[in-house]
Amino acid sequence: MAFDNKPLLEPIISANPVILHVLGICSALAVTTSLSTALVMSVALIFVIGFSNTLISLIRHHIPKTIRLIVQITIIASLVIVVDQILQAYMFEMSKRLSVFVGLIVTNCIVLGRAEAFAMKNPPLPSLLDGIGNGLGYAWILLLIGALRELLAAGTLMGQAVLPLAESGGWFTPLKMMSLPPSAFFLLGLLVWAVRTIKPDHVETLLDADSSRSEGDAP
Amino acid sequence: MSNLKTLGVAFLVALVCSIVVSFTAVTLKPLQDANRLRASSASLVEVLQTLGVGMPTTQLIDRVSGTSVRRDPGSESELESSKDIAGLGQVEDVLTVYELRTDGRLDLVILPVRGSGYKSMLIGYLALAGDLNTIAALTFHQQDETPGMGARIMEEEWQALWSDKQVSDQSGAIRIEVVKGTAEGVHEVDGISGATRTGTGVTNLVRFWFGPDGYGPYLARLKREAG
Repeated sequence: MAFDNKPLLEPIISANPVILHVLGICSALAVTTSLSTALVMSVALIFVIGFSNTLISLIRHHIPKTIRLIVQITIIASLVIVVDQILQAYMFEMSKRLSVFVGLIVTNCIVLGRAEAFAMKNPPLPSLLDGIGNGLGYAWILLLIGALRELLAAGTLMGQAVLPLAESGGWFTPLKMMSLPPSAFFLLGLLVWAVRTIKPDHVETLLDADSSRSEGDAP
Repeated sequence: MSNLKTLGVAFLVALVCSIVVSFTAVTLKPLQDANRLRASSASLVEVLQTLGVGMPTTQLIDRVSGTSVRRDPGSESELESSKDIAGLGQVEDVLTVYELRTDGRLDLVILPVRGSGYKSMLIGYLALAGDLNTIAALTFHQQDETPGMGARIMEEEWQALWSDKQVSDQSGAIRIEVVKGTAEGVHEVDGISGATRTGTGVTNLVRFWFGPDGYGPYLARLKREAG
């Protein structure tokens, strides 16, 4: 069997869950105040979606149609609790900063969407790759917005000073607005706009009711 | 697919998931508790640094009589619901306080406080100046309120509003309150918009701990000692 890397690579750029499907933006807005929170959130989501896709794919022939969403959510929620517990034990400060948003991965439509749209119909390995691919697609958007917001709001990256601040003799005056949630909307909007200008086919796909889209985003 | 199989799959998934979740939670609990304890003591040290003072002495006091005691039996008493304004349920019989004195004169008392907020227990420290009525600082180090709303009680900007507020008026009645809108006078603190119930929780917990079932008897004793 030839190695098929399409499930892994496609969601990163051309079928990006955030840019194309505009899924998972709630957490994308909430945790991008700094690069470090965006990074931890990304790793947490990749872990959850990778495992949930694989596990659901493994038992896909045994999941009764009538209760499949409950089974999927149970598996996803358990994985999320495990991640949350690990963060509270080993990265306590970080788990405090991420507060409820790790827990809210349960309601992230990317995870449930991929379980329902891909893992239920495909073998475990492609499902794992699809999970990681979608996780990475979500991650790079988060990291980009997180980096931009932290840089513009505080002149730092990962807490390290990058731009010399005006208050300590440099030239950079922080844009405090960047630390507020609306600025994540602006950046995300600009990003979607830019991608759709370069790839106009994204705009058309808005009209195709993709199965994972029609459910809308969770809080 | 038969109903039996549906039930079986549901049961197995639930069983495996609950085992995994319980195993993680139980294994990691000691580490998490250690983290919480560290956060609590770090918060106390932070209060002291903000106020620019040295390390205080730890005192154990009997909650009902307010007198100093040698050891903490670790017992707790149920609170009558009418008196339990901070939503604690039960409260320790022996409380730990931190006193800071210069040449025997009391400079600062630090009181651990806690109470119910909107949806979680708020745990923190309240530092009281030597006159036992002026708040030097209030901090919280543990809560699980709504992020961006009630959780903002953790922010320094909000906690700073508490310093120099007066707990009681001339007659001795407890007046301190978190108010909606603009705070006026020495007994009012600006509430956080959108977090009215967290604010009420903070008001109630401060009032409870200054009352007769909290540190009231102890503070009364300190006042008598000061003359």
